Amino acid sequence: MNKEVIDKGILDVIGKNSRFSSEDLAAMLGTDEKTIENEIKSMEDNKIICGYPALINWDNTDNEMVTALIEVNVTPQRDMGFNKVAERIYKFEEVESVYLMSGDFDLTVIIQGRSMKEVAMFVSEKLSTLEYVNSTATYFVMKKYKEHGIIMEKEHDDKERMLVTP
Amino acid sequence: MRNPLSEKIVQIQPSGIRKFFDIVSEMKDAISLGVGEPDFDTPWHIREEGIYSLEKGRTFYTSNAGLKELKEEIARYMKRRFELLYNPNGEIYVTVGGSEAIDGALRAMLDSGDEVIIPQPCYVSYEPCVILADGVPVIVELKEENEFKLKREQLESVVTDKTKILVMPFPNNPTGAIMTKEDLTEIAEFVLEHDLFVISDEIYSELTYGTNHVSIASFPNMRERTIVINGFSKSYAMTGWRLGYACGPKLIIDQMLKIHQFAIMCAPTTSQYAAVDALRNGDEDVKNMRNAYDRRRKFLIKALRDMGFKCFEPFGAFYVFPSIKEFGMSSEDFAQTLLNEEKLAVVPGTAFGNCGEGFLRISYAYSIEDLKNALERMKHFIERHRK
Ligand SMILES: Cc1ncc(COP(=O)(O)O)c(C=O)c1O
Repeated sequence: MNKEVIDKGILDVIGKNSRFSSEDLAAMLGTDEKTIENEIKSMEDNKIICGYPALINWDNTDNEMVTALIEVNVTPQRDMGFNKVAERIYKFEEVESVYLMSGDFDLTVIIQGRSMKEVAMFVSEKLSTLEYVNSTATYFVMKKYKEHGIIMEKEHDDKERMLVTP
Repeated sequence: MRNPLSEKIVQIQPSGIRKFFDIVSEMKDAISLGVGEPDFDTPWHIREEGIYSLEKGRTFYTSNAGLKELKEEIARYMKRRFELLYNPNGEIYVTVGGSEAIDGALRAMLDSGDEVIIPQPCYVSYEPCVILADGVPVIVELKEENEFKLKREQLESVVTDKTKILVMPFPNNPTGAIMTKEDLTEIAEFVLEHDLFVISDEIYSELTYGTNHVSIASFPNMRERTIVINGFSKSYAMTGWRLGYACGPKLIIDQMLKIHQFAIMCAPTTSQYAAVDALRNGDEDVKNMRNAYDRRRKFLIKALRDMGFKCFEPFGAFYVFPSIKEFGMSSEDFAQTLLNEEKLAVVPGTAFGNCGEGFLRISYAYSIEDLKNALERMKHFIERHRK
């Protein structure tokens, strides 16, 4: 079978659930384990597959965790554009995501911290003091409904397929 | 009191699946590979369109044949998918599922004593619907060694001068068999030679793996003698919406529409609005679901073969049809014992015709996780029962 079809198949499956074994993937895609392992390795090397974190809803645990979305305006640098500033920002461990945006501001920075205070400290002390960062606007997330295509709450599920139908 | 019942109806056997369903539903925490409907929810944009139509107050009857936009979308779909040209005005009408269209086509075409060739194993409704229409069902038994495809010789051995209709149930429920263009050629020739008509139930036409579905109506001179039945249940995961359609020559569709007009009035309005969106914007959803089914299909066949089941590779619908002959049990006993011992429900092949004896219908309209779980139980079972 052709490599592109297998790669796409792997990504479709593990994009939703990365816990399938190579053996399962091989069965689903009609190929052998060796091929699956090679393809995954090569997609990891090429940063097509960038990691396998579990999607956690911290709200349902006893751990305190707050998320904030920060709009950042920066001055692009000669020859580097926004990349250099973005790098200075994404290297912080607190930073979950950084996106370059079109529109009124330049970067979206998503931060997770243990408390609002911790996040506020990060913004005022680390982020807004960076050279080339002109302004920031911070929005705290009140509740997460859906992330990475996965609904974060228990859904009231009283739909039921009958067990046997023609 | 006089007997209130029609002898004709009393004579019809209740569906074998019904019986099994009653047993299964008695059993607490049974799991199942027994369904004949998608596990996916209807894609949200389609559901949303249904909700929107309700918000807008589109709660009236539509015209008998269905919404104009929907018939036009169906005509476009038939052209882009199967190269079939139908006039939305008179050659297409919208039904309450493919089920209604099967019944309507038979009733519109049969006179008392006309014979209808039905290849089995097949979906449960053709035979009783033929009887309801005063026709005579003539069964052709599809063979495992032919991968459950229909062969011209089989038709030759049953055709008589009373034969009027051939039912073409492909892609097939319960076997998963498909008929390719090459397979269909000799069937179309036979139909033309014997001046027969075809009711082609193509409800699973979107669910073929590796090849695209070919409609027998697309063969030369076949369009005029074929009723193509299709619908939204399987391809768009819309079973509960109850929506299907029939396409065919105006001569026949006119009469089918008359039955529909008096017995049904029109298909559900909300579903029709949702279906317009399905046909306009649903190609990607269909593709994604097809890919998911295909992965489950491969996974399931491999797992069954690894367990030692003899199982031909089906390329359509969402069923596999493994043989259980080595276990020396009837299909029904096997299914019943499997249910009792492992609380796993599958459908005995005999629910789809006597020639389904020796086989099970196993559905892969389940997530891989569910399949794995069920296969574990199956494995325990056969290890215990293998001779
Ligand atoms: C082969 C076949 N035809 C027709 C139908 C009827 O489907 P619906 O009435 O939902 O369109 C089914 C449903 O299981 C089927 O398997």
